Amino acid sequence: MKFKHLLLALATSVALVGPGLAAEFKIGLNEDPDLLDPDQARSFVGRIVFASLCDKLVDITPGLEIIPQLATAWNWSDDGMELTMDLRQGVTFQDGTPFDAAAVVANIDRSQTLPESRRKSELTSVEKIEATGDHQVKFTLKAPDATLLAQLADRAGMMMSPTAFNASGLDFANNPVCSGPFSFGERVQQDRIVLNKYDGYWNADAIHVDKVTFLPIPDTTVRLANLRAGDLDMLERLAATDVKSVKADPNLSEAEAVSLGYQGITVNIANGAGAGSPIGNSKLVRQAFSWALDREAINQVVFDGAFAAGNQPFPPTSPWYTKDLPVPPRDVAKAKALLKEAGYDKVDVELTVANNPVNQQLGQVIQAMANEAGFNVSLKSTEFATLLSAQSAGDYQTDQIGWSGRIDPDGNIYSFVVTGGGLNDNDYSNPEVDKLLNEARTNNDIATRKSLYDQANHILDDELPIIYLYHQTWIWALSKDIKGFVPYPDGMIRLEGVTKG
Amino acid sequence: MLRYIGKRLLIAIPTLLIVSIFVFMLQKILPGDPALVMAGEERDPQVIAFIRAKYHLNDPLIMQYFYWIGGALRGDLGISLRTNQPVLVLIGQKLPVTIQLAIMSMIFAFAIGIPAGIISAIKKGTIIDYVANIVALSGLSIPNFWLGIMLILLVSVQLGWLPASGFEMFTVDPVRSIQTMIMPAFVLGTGLAAALMRHTRSAMLGVLKSDYVRTARAKGLSENVVILKHAFRNALLPIVTLSALLFGQLLAGAVLTEQIFTIPGFGKLIVDAVFNRDYAVVQGVVLCTAFGFIVMNLIADILYVLLNPRMREGA
Amino acid sequence: MTTIAIETLPEQDVHSENRAWAKLKASHSAMAGAVLVVFFIAIALLAPVLPIADPTATDWGAVRKAPSALHWFGTDEIGRDLFSRMIWGAQASLLAGVVSVAISVAIGVPFGLISGYFGGWTDQIISRITDALLATPFLILAIALAAFLGPSLTNAMIAIGLSSMPVFIRLTRGQVLAVRTEDYVEGAHAIGLSHTRIIARYILPNVFSPILVQATLTVATAIIAEASLSFLGLGQQPPAPSWGSMLNVAKNFLEQAPWMAMWPGAAIFLVVIGFNLLGDGLRDALDPRETD
Repeated sequence: MKFKHLLLALATSVALVGPGLAAEFKIGLNEDPDLLDPDQARSFVGRIVFASLCDKLVDITPGLEIIPQLATAWNWSDDGMELTMDLRQGVTFQDGTPFDAAAVVANIDRSQTLPESRRKSELTSVEKIEATGDHQVKFTLKAPDATLLAQLADRAGMMMSPTAFNASGLDFANNPVCSGPFSFGERVQQDRIVLNKYDGYWNADAIHVDKVTFLPIPDTTVRLANLRAGDLDMLERLAATDVKSVKADPNLSEAEAVSLGYQGITVNIANGAGAGSPIGNSKLVRQAFSWALDREAINQVVFDGAFAAGNQPFPPTSPWYTKDLPVPPRDVAKAKALLKEAGYDKVDVELTVANNPVNQQLGQVIQAMANEAGFNVSLKSTEFATLLSAQSAGDYQTDQIGWSGRIDPDGNIYSFVVTGGGLNDNDYSNPEVDKLLNEARTNNDIATRKSLYDQANHILDDELPIIYLYHQTWIWALSKDIKGFVPYPDGMIRLEGVTKG
Repeated sequence: MLRYIGKRLLIAIPTLLIVSIFVFMLQKILPGDPALVMAGEERDPQVIAFIRAKYHLNDPLIMQYFYWIGGALRGDLGISLRTNQPVLVLIGQKLPVTIQLAIMSMIFAFAIGIPAGIISAIKKGTIIDYVANIVALSGLSIPNFWLGIMLILLVSVQLGWLPASGFEMFTVDPVRSIQTMIMPAFVLGTGLAAALMRHTRSAMLGVLKSDYVRTARAKGLSENVVILKHAFRNALLPIVTLSALLFGQLLAGAVLTEQIFTIPGFGKLIVDAVFNRDYAVVQGVVLCTAFGFIVMNLIADILYVLLNPRMREGA
Repeated sequence: MTTIAIETLPEQDVHSENRAWAKLKASHSAMAGAVLVVFFIAIALLAPVLPIADPTATDWGAVRKAPSALHWFGTDEIGRDLFSRMIWGAQASLLAGVVSVAISVAIGVPFGLISGYFGGWTDQIISRITDALLATPFLILAIALAAFLGPSLTNAMIAIGLSSMPVFIRLTRGQVLAVRTEDYVEGAHAIGLSHTRIIARYILPNVFSPILVQATLTVATAIIAEASLSFLGLGQQPPAPSWGSMLNVAKNFLEQAPWMAMWPGAAIFLVVIGFNLLGDGLRDALDPRETD
């Protein structure tokens, strides 16, 4: 009799304790996010927090296909000027406000009209948005825009509770309310951000973590030390040179995804004081520089082979990569011949790099390689803020700089090489390229777009306004008991399906 | 006494003004455009224009200075460009952290430095003195960021005794607070302990030779009493005044230590602010540290005056 | 009358000079410090003529190799010989220390002299500015100056020099104040010697000793300051070596290549201890009150 009671008690307690075990997750970040307001946010690391805090209209697969999240279906009109979206039903924001078409309209409105909004440039093509039903919205565009869906898969498409942002205005970031799997708990600047599981989440079954704490730890060595010591469950942006040791560690595991962005050398063609150099004036000299570099060796020496060598705005793993323009090997003879053809024996090049150890190492490797092919590279190490201004004003000859990357290929190429583009820091201008890229961003057909980008890539590979070098790989290190993590090329940590222990 | 304090506070005002002008100019001549840094990757020209207008970045420098100093006098130190928080709030959050770090470092420094200094003075010329001197000098000579990293590798990763980073206020969770702050306090404290030890030693040496100690010995008092009651108390004066000054310098010395151990304190705040061209934060923080430094100096001088007559009466 | 006044004015005492020198030589720790300092200065000066590898020669195949017969100190992150970089790095680190202090002294001492000697409003203004400089956290000042001037060794030296200057102004001023009211100075006034002569002949020699001691000790802090600035990316820029920037890079490879951090860390430590020991020894030797 007593024994049966005991057994029953044990069974019940185990049943109660089982699912009740609070799984707490600690994630180490490379920086402290800026503002937790999707409209005002401007950092990559902030997006990692948003991935748990805010749901978006659409999301992506690791293969970069657009899939439903808060929007369940969508339709373009034949002329590409209207986009109709059906919204998911039964969704509420973390403060109880129902998610509906009116909420979406209010969100897009805020993104477009708030003076501090950094999302305006992402939604320039949207003329207006209206609710065509309780759970349906229609975007009307000023001109066809093939990139719009991709924009809605990022911060522009993150839905915030209108009740919250109407009440708090600019201070929304101090207490953000969205509709994602976790709601805002607390934040101590430069110390931690705590999110708690939102039980009313529409996909709550996929979430097996009760609390997420983000800890910004800028020093990569210290961040890894924290993981090893058990004070973190996972970290983002593991240093490439630490990959080998993490792989050899039985208590840790590692995940990778080639990023969407690129790193390269922007050559000042016609912008300000830095223009007029031999390398800026002659495409032959730029080609020579490119042939002088051994991209695989750079990857090996500086990043222990963990990154991906590249020669286009898209990584070789991307569906948009132009396959008949493979990453070139090093060819010093060819480089020297090209220099001669351009009329030079030796060319002086000033390369500006950011003043952190990794970029400086990269600069020195580039310098050593190019110097063997007839160049005389001098390195100019600059602080980040100064680098930005110098770049914008044209106070540089060549600049080692990159781009974090966007889901849509247009985001990696358009603003940089189009005449007068917002991020065109070298004043490169080719009407043929302009034509191709303008057409590519208004045409919704993937095959057509691919062909247009291929043509553009061929021209860019010949003229080399940007000498692409490599693509960063997002590398995560995890504690062995974390299972179910899927690496995405956008670098985000999606906690759906992730379990601990 | 009150007149003395009053006079000193009066002198502090032009000093603070000069500091404010100085740090303001320093910020403004730094190359790099904060609006560009704050605008984000996409560099939307609309946003940049908006930021420049909102934070008066287009106004002539003199106007910008008066906007700021006027606000400062009313208690409004401006807004951080990076986080939109009022600078005063940021300082309010970070200062207690650094102060806790400073206090813990001072405890280390006192606990190690003063006894070491006393023993070294008593045993002057012997091996103990020699070794103590070398150890003290080592404490002064090791770059503290270097010491910090080595400690993390050894204590957190290899031995697993203490967490590698992070932080908790003492008032929230005392145990965890001490765990996370012990290493950084040690790193900061070693340099201070060294300085304290050397000053204690030389102050004690000076006093041990003095008349009243000779008198005490002549009176037949035991050596321990002589040392603790008479010598040390008189040596206390320069030690106390030095400590007040060191406390002020600690705030500045915490910069690199907070960087390594990821402690969200004053030092980290200001380094990040300089690199992000977050003008308001840098100006506000420097003004506060300058004020704190002046106050510390004043306390040191007052202590000096207070302790002196009492010393003379006591002997 | 005049003759007698001049005779009573104290000149530089030959005996006290010898006594100081003798005391210095007798102190073991001061001599140890001197040996260290001389050793590192010698290395720095001899770097160009020593038969060592090119400190900027890269070698992809020899990245982060442990110390061996080929590379006595091992190689760094792009295959350069560490032994050579350590020796050449001595130039940067020692320059950083010595030049910064030279700047501090060259600007600080004259201002201190003027401030202490002339008093009045000049003194007030200079003192308030010095207070303001002292009240600004040293490293922040250095960081801001280095950021303004641009990251480079020269600019780091200027930044550190300017940030260390207030101490010398204060020190000099204090010494001048102590000496200014002495009888022999009053006497010099009375016989009509010019300010410059008075300062040069009677005040400077008294100021010399404490300045020397402080300068030696400040070289130590300046070397650490350069390492700190390099740690933040504001000091010596690549490919030229400096111990501080080598430490900055080495911290990312502590596990894979600990030797990269060992050498510069040890070198900074030793050279700083050397200057500290020497400075202490000088203080003891030159202090007229020390009686043993």
